[in-house]
Amino acid sequence: MTRPTAPGAGAPGVPGIERPADRTAMRPAVAAAVSTRRGVELALLAFAAVITTGALVLVEANQEQELTWALLYLGAAYLALLALAHLAVRKFAPYADPLVLPLAALLNGIGLVMIHRIDLARIARAASLGNEEPAQEAVRQVGWTAIGLVFFVGVLWLVPDHRTLARYGYTAGFVGLVLLALPAVLPASLSEVNGARIWIRVGPASIQPGEFAKILFVVFFASFLVVKRDLFTSAGKHFLGMTFPRPRDLGPLLVAWGVAMAVLVFESDLGTSLMFFGIVLVMLYVATERISWVIIGLTIFGAGAFAAWTFVSRVQVRVSVWLDPFADYNGRGFQVSQGLFGLATGGMGGTGLGAGRPELVPFSSTDFIFTSLGEEIGLVGLAALLVIYCVLATRAMRSALAVRDTFGKLLAAGLGWAIAWQVFVVVGGVINLIPNTGITAPFVSYGGSSLVANYALVALVLRVSNAARQPAQEKRPGTPAGPQSPLAPLAEASTEMVSRDQVRTPPQGVRHQEATAGPAGPAGQGGAAGQGGAAGPPGHAGHGHAGHAGPGPGGHHGATPHGPAPRGRTRGE
Amino acid sequence: MNTPLRRVSLAVMVLILLLLGQATWIQVVKADEYRADPRNARVLLDEYARQRGQISAGGEVLAQSVQSPDPGDRLRYLRQYTDGPLYAPVTGYYSQIYGAGGMERAMDPVLNGTDDRLFVRRISDAVTGRDPAGGNVVLSIDPRVQRAAYEAMTSRGYQGSVVAIRPQTGEIVAMVSTPSYDPNPLASHSGTTQQNAWNELTEDDPPTLTNRAISETYPPGSTFKIVNTAAALEAGLITPDAPVTAAPRITLPDSTTTLENYDGKPCGPGATVPFATAFAKSCNGPFANLAVQVGADRLRQMATSLGFGNPGLTVPMPVQASEVGDLDDGASLAQSGIGQRDVRLTPLQNAMITATVANGGVTTAPHTVAQIQGQDLSTVEQTEPDSTGRAFSRATADTLTQLMIGSENNGSGQGRIPGVQIASKTGTAEWGANPKTNPPHTWYDAFGPVPNPQIAVSVIVERGGNRGEEATGGSVASPIGRAVIAAALRGDG
Repeated sequence: MTRPTAPGAGAPGVPGIERPADRTAMRPAVAAAVSTRRGVELALLAFAAVITTGALVLVEANQEQELTWALLYLGAAYLALLALAHLAVRKFAPYADPLVLPLAALLNGIGLVMIHRIDLARIARAASLGNEEPAQEAVRQVGWTAIGLVFFVGVLWLVPDHRTLARYGYTAGFVGLVLLALPAVLPASLSEVNGARIWIRVGPASIQPGEFAKILFVVFFASFLVVKRDLFTSAGKHFLGMTFPRPRDLGPLLVAWGVAMAVLVFESDLGTSLMFFGIVLVMLYVATERISWVIIGLTIFGAGAFAAWTFVSRVQVRVSVWLDPFADYNGRGFQVSQGLFGLATGGMGGTGLGAGRPELVPFSSTDFIFTSLGEEIGLVGLAALLVIYCVLATRAMRSALAVRDTFGKLLAAGLGWAIAWQVFVVVGGVINLIPNTGITAPFVSYGGSSLVANYALVALVLRVSNAARQPAQEKRPGTPAGPQSPLAPLAEASTEMVSRDQVRTPPQGVRHQEATAGPAGPAGQGGAAGQGGAAGPPGHAGHGHAGHAGPGPGGHHGATPHGPAPRGRTRGE
Repeated sequence: MNTPLRRVSLAVMVLILLLLGQATWIQVVKADEYRADPRNARVLLDEYARQRGQISAGGEVLAQSVQSPDPGDRLRYLRQYTDGPLYAPVTGYYSQIYGAGGMERAMDPVLNGTDDRLFVRRISDAVTGRDPAGGNVVLSIDPRVQRAAYEAMTSRGYQGSVVAIRPQTGEIVAMVSTPSYDPNPLASHSGTTQQNAWNELTEDDPPTLTNRAISETYPPGSTFKIVNTAAALEAGLITPDAPVTAAPRITLPDSTTTLENYDGKPCGPGATVPFATAFAKSCNGPFANLAVQVGADRLRQMATSLGFGNPGLTVPMPVQASEVGDLDDGASLAQSGIGQRDVRLTPLQNAMITATVANGGVTTAPHTVAQIQGQDLSTVEQTEPDSTGRAFSRATADTLTQLMIGSENNGSGQGRIPGVQIASKTGTAEWGANPKTNPPHTWYDAFGPVPNPQIAVSVIVERGGNRGEEATGGSVASPIGRAVIAAALRGDG
């Protein structure tokens, strides 16, 4: 579907290229053929609602609750809520990846069911003790889901083009840093929950600002790296087959490291620290293609973590519990041990939803919801959930691969990685693969901040994927399409052979455009940071990234015609 | 930039695979270990969340699970025992900390509902939505006989055991061990209560947690003469009228040690007495000689066919194996023939020997579970009498019965039941390091009525009861045995 079938309709810039004789030759013409695939999304959302409702029925049956039609209405209401989100996607991002929202919705739904199931256990316990019935977390979480979907729609609506975000890179970075630092600065009474100072408690609500900081940092790093990428790729020493940066270029990484260490020491939170630094390293690697950054980063983080382990008692506790959770069973190892018991009792197939005793594990609906799930739906169910996360993260990566602009690539990759990395840190923590850290599982855990932030994150992923799949002529409705015919989205494109001459041409064009746009700077009005940056500095064109260096169809350069965009993935030199 | 993107995608998959690997490690490889960890409360809570089946006997409920009276109790059902000390040797205990004992342990799969025999009922529970619950166990214990035996022992302050068996079926109708204990505190949901009770019970002297009837072995003393005589009769070595030595003491073969009668007196006025007289008066010399005549092999074989040396016997609680011991030289053979030396048996084993005589030489499998019931009290399985073989001929059994009647009629006859002929054998067993100064264990093996015996009983009163060194089976143990038989026959009547 990448290219017009009729030669006459081909892009003028690539007239003489022979199309490879592959199956793409059979694909129909572009403009008519780029399906929005919104129908698929709706069907998958309905499927997610059916699974969620089925899980709810199982919980009620196993908990000997009355089975009523109300359960079906709940399922229908959930579907209706998702349908509204779906309609927003139809309106604001019609070409977005059809899998992302259903995957998030399914995780959210299963999380809701498990939170409700733990509510039932808490209510039963309170009743047997003669205590007042506790507030139902599931009801609140449904409210948070609604708020999360409002954020989701809001992001899609307010960010019609993800590249506009690049302008706010530094703002995002600053706000993120404030959010991250706030709990450490606030008095402990307002920020500390269970020893970790990662909260802001306002009245009855507790906000984990780190969840929002996560997204803001991804935005910041994406825009920062687009502009400053050359700084990180400038030649340094070659050693062990890798190119190492010059020591003086290490500054930004050391700043990030310092922030991560500060979080670790002042907020006693290994999870947020790991999250933050993991995202920095991967985005740096994606931007520079240099594994040496990852190695340097891991080395200094390892050294810092070792120092923290030596001096910060809370970190020591986490590590010793990780090494042997049963050593201090009645004390610090209790939670992890109970989690492991729950998982083991569930075994391969699980006890069945509602038939286990996940409530024995402290924080069974938040940090440890994965042991609750592992107990009741077993290894099989746990594997399914992990695969859902895997697909969600790799769909974001796929959008990153497909989208043409560097900022979009970095943004989608950073967001996708953030999901996967967070899952690894939290699930790895509760199943004792790594020291337990105390962060929430995206979409599944009970917690408003996490849910709202992750719906916003998914909205951004959809925004990027929409840009990746949208046919060119629809991209900027206000822009005259000019003589060129619709371009197929790269996501749908097959590999093309592009000759060197043609590849070389566009960067010159870009330079020219930049010149005309004026030296506005990275955050400037011209939005050069948005995408032109990839091709930006002259010295960069020859660096091996020219493949995507084209200005792309529809940059922010206003009147720049899409012209001879090579669209190729072919590496230049 | 696409190459690193692909690598990062790969890294995502690697992370997920790592998680799956660790989850598999926990949920499959280590699952059994963690599941069975005593600190994992899930299994226990499940157990206490289901109503455990009841243990009953003769229409009386001995052990049952009731809703915990404490509403804040994490454990939903509380185990309760009626007449705890009376039935404790049979029911055992059910403790959250210390596990289960006795019937509670032996029949656990039925009581907790996981036994395969309850499978169909579990399915019907699931279909009909009934709360899953354990199956019930109905015992063959007769509460009247059990109570008679227990009260006969405790009213005199005796330490020992009583086992009563229905000879034709092997049903155990009484199994008493005194002093006993109350299993209720061990079933308490308070850890402190359990701990205190357990600490007290394990330090009790004399021990109370031990079920003497099946877990302790004692020297049988003269009651073993039944086995010795059975072997000799089967081999045609003796008749009731055959003359045997009446000497007050004999010298053991292969040694210079002498063996004398219990009171050191001769067995009769002449040089010899009929064997029946020697049996009735329980003179030691003739039986020592007889054992040598019978020989080690035949004696051991007879003991084995009566149930000795069987480590796998369960009723369904595991029974300590009774042993004949070393019979290598003439002296040990002779001493073993009168139930001393290394011969050790459980009170249950002695009751089994008596029941075999009463049953005409045919052994039956002893058991305490008469019936397994579903939660709705419907019968799931009925224990059928199981004849396990013939230990000796009916003629031998008849001869032994006559010899035991002679023994019964020779005694003091305390508590004799009018109109009921009992056949019995008493025993007074020396034990311990100073056998001549320790108060002896006293035995009474008996069955009745003859003919058509309904009940066979073995009584042991440890350390001479309240008679000290003067104690004999006839004076101490026999009144208890007769009371038990009387109770059993009243029950039948």
